[in-house]
Parts: sequence; C-alpha cells; structure tokens
Amino acid sequence: MEYLSLFVKSIFVDNMIFSYFLGMCSYLAVSKNVKTANGLGIAVIFVLLITLPVNYLLNTYVLQPGALSWLGENFASVDLSFLSFILFIAVIAAIVQVVEMVVEKFLPSLYASLGIFLPLIAVNCAILGGSLFMQQRDFANVGESAVYALGSGLGWYLAIVALAAIREKMTYSNIPAGLKGTGITFITVGLMGIAFMAFMGISL
Amino acid sequence: MGKMKETILNPIFKGNPITVLVLGICSSLAVTVGLKGACVMALSVIAVTGLSSLVCSLIRKTIPNRVRIIIQLVVVALMVILVDQLLKAFAYAIDKQLSVYIGLIITNCIVMGRIEAFALGNKPIPSLLDGLANGAGYGLILIIVAFFRELFGSGTLFGYPVLSAIGYTNNGLMILPPMALILLGCVIWIQRSIQKDLQEK
Repeated sequence: MEYLSLFVKSIFVDNMIFSYFLGMCSYLAVSKNVKTANGLGIAVIFVLLITLPVNYLLNTYVLQPGALSWLGENFASVDLSFLSFILFIAVIAAIVQVVEMVVEKFLPSLYASLGIFLPLIAVNCAILGGSLFMQQRDFANVGESAVYALGSGLGWYLAIVALAAIREKMTYSNIPAGLKGTGITFITVGLMGIAFMAFMGISL
Repeated sequence: MGKMKETILNPIFKGNPITVLVLGICSSLAVTVGLKGACVMALSVIAVTGLSSLVCSLIRKTIPNRVRIIIQLVVVALMVILVDQLLKAFAYAIDKQLSVYIGLIITNCIVMGRIEAFALGNKPIPSLLDGLANGAGYGLILIIVAFFRELFGSGTLFGYPVLSAIGYTNNGLMILPPMALILLGCVIWIQRSIQKDLQEK
C-alpha cells in the first residue's frame, strides 16, 4: 500500500515537470511532435529506473554520515555527503554511457529510436534531480527508491507526450506574433500545471 | 574592445540564455517565489558559469574530444560543490530553502552550453566574461520573475511588506509553481514584441 501511494504521488502530485520544473530544457526542446517525445520519455523512465537505485545504494553505503561503518569502527564518523553531487553525476554519466552501448549492441531497433536522446539525458535535470530528492527524502529501502524512480519517470513521460500533442494541434491556431513558439509553450505548460494541481492532496 | 563589449552585453539582452535560447529553465523557476532566493541563486549561477568557463578554457587544449562531456561535468560539479559549501557555511537558511536546486546547477544547460559553445574555442579571459555575462542574463530574468511573484503573491519585497502594508490581499496563485511559467511566457512575449527579429514563424 505504501508503495502504491508513493507511486501515484510521484506521478501526479510531485510531478517532475509541473511541481519541480525538472528536465525543462529537453522538455521544451523535444516536445514538437508526439513521436520523438515518446522516445525521449521512454529513455528518461529507463535511465531514472537504473540510476536512482544505484545512487540510493551509493548514498546509503558510502556517502551518508556514518555510512562507512561497515568498513570498521574507525570509519563510523566519516561524512562524505559533500561529495554527493560529483559522485551522482559521475554515476549518471557512466550509466548513460553503458546503457547506450548495451542498447546499441543488443537492441538495435530500440537504439535507432532512442539513439540521439540517450547522451542528452546525462545532462537532464530530471535524472540528477531524482537522485537529489531521493537523498533528501530518506527512503527506507531500494524498493522505495525504485518505485519513486518509476513513478517520476512516468510522470515526466506523461507530461512530455501531453505537451507534444497540444503543440501539434497548436500549429493550426492563430497566435500573436510575439508569443509564437516559446512564449505560448510556456503559458501552455503553466496551464497544464494548474490542471495537474487538482491531484494535490491525493493519498491512498 | 568592441568585441569584448559585445561578449558581455549580448547574453544579457539580445541573446539572453533564458528568453531567447531557452536554456536553463530547469533550476530557474522553482526559486523565484521570493527575491532573496532568486538573488542568491543568480549569484551562484554567475559564479559557477564564470569559473567553470574559465577553468575549461584553461584546460581546453588537453581535453580529449571523446570524454569532454564527463570532464566538463566534473569541473562544473566541483564549482557547484564549492558554492554549496560556502552557502552552507554562511547562509544556511537560504541554502535549505533552495534545497536541491543548487545541486541542479550542475545540469543547468547554460553552464554546459557556454562551455561547449564558447569556452572550448576561446581564450580564458573572454571565456570568463562570457560565462559571467550569461550567468547575469539568467539572473536578470530570475529577478524579474521573482519580483512580480513576491510582490503580488506575498505583498512583500525581500521580506519587507510593500503591498501588504496598504491593505492588498495576496494572490495565492502567484506563489504556485505554474505561475512562474506563465510569467516567463509573458516576459518572452514582451521581449519579442520589442525585438521583432526574434519572433518565430
């Protein structure tokens, strides 16, 4: 039950885009049509689902104050949490690289559709943001962090596909010259955000 | 000298990283609820973009092309850690308020974008200026959005009562996250109405 609640919450209530603005750059750049948005969305879910549990383990067994106590008494007071940014980003960059190579080797058709998006994802704020939120929230075990990763990835996916669909339709509308393109997209995302706020307060 | 001036002024108005290039929105919007947070965030980003452009420009001839992204990320992460530790030491309350967004400067596209587009092909001093100016262009938009959100959302500026002192009822919508996006859309609209050459077809 706890997992379900966390899952639903991370999709709708704590949506990466609408309540934290994470991964905005690629969200705005790649949402021009549904097909590419779909590819990027799936890539984000995939990478989040792998990096978050790995960073969780890293945080629990290496970075937290006292996390190194499994090495012996002397290490019990070591606090490496100031290193977390650099280690998280290194893990993400490395995993993205590995995932890219594995997908290219074994799933060439998936690679053809995700291809260009995978390297982009290393610098997607949603991925690093997921890890930083995980560190802040003190999840109880790896399972919770994986559920959180899946939920926020799905939330991101939902948001980008919805925006891409709206933008496809919007090409036919008559928009003031200065608002065309970026301006109206921002306002659309804002309105979508207000709609998503209806989910606030949901708890299972 | 004229080129130097161009390097500094262009990112602030005509080639503003947020409104024109649409980079670095990720970490920018959530910190614009109040002016205080926005100013600290702006200063942090200016410091990080300037310093990491400088460092990357200094080592640009020794970076192998294939692994440059990872090296750049390490340099940027290092700068962000420095800024974060400084904030933790001297402004702990604000650091708590900005929470993960300081860490997210690492993945702020402006930083990486300027290193890729400018610092890797230019001498250290122009790179430093370019980094600082892009940070400033980012900060300017941040402060504009934060000004309106704090003024109409809480009736205060930097925490001092302004509108609330004359009996203004706070508009709760301004505090909510979506309003940051809508305000930014309006800022872009105004800028593009003035500079017609930026309009998209």
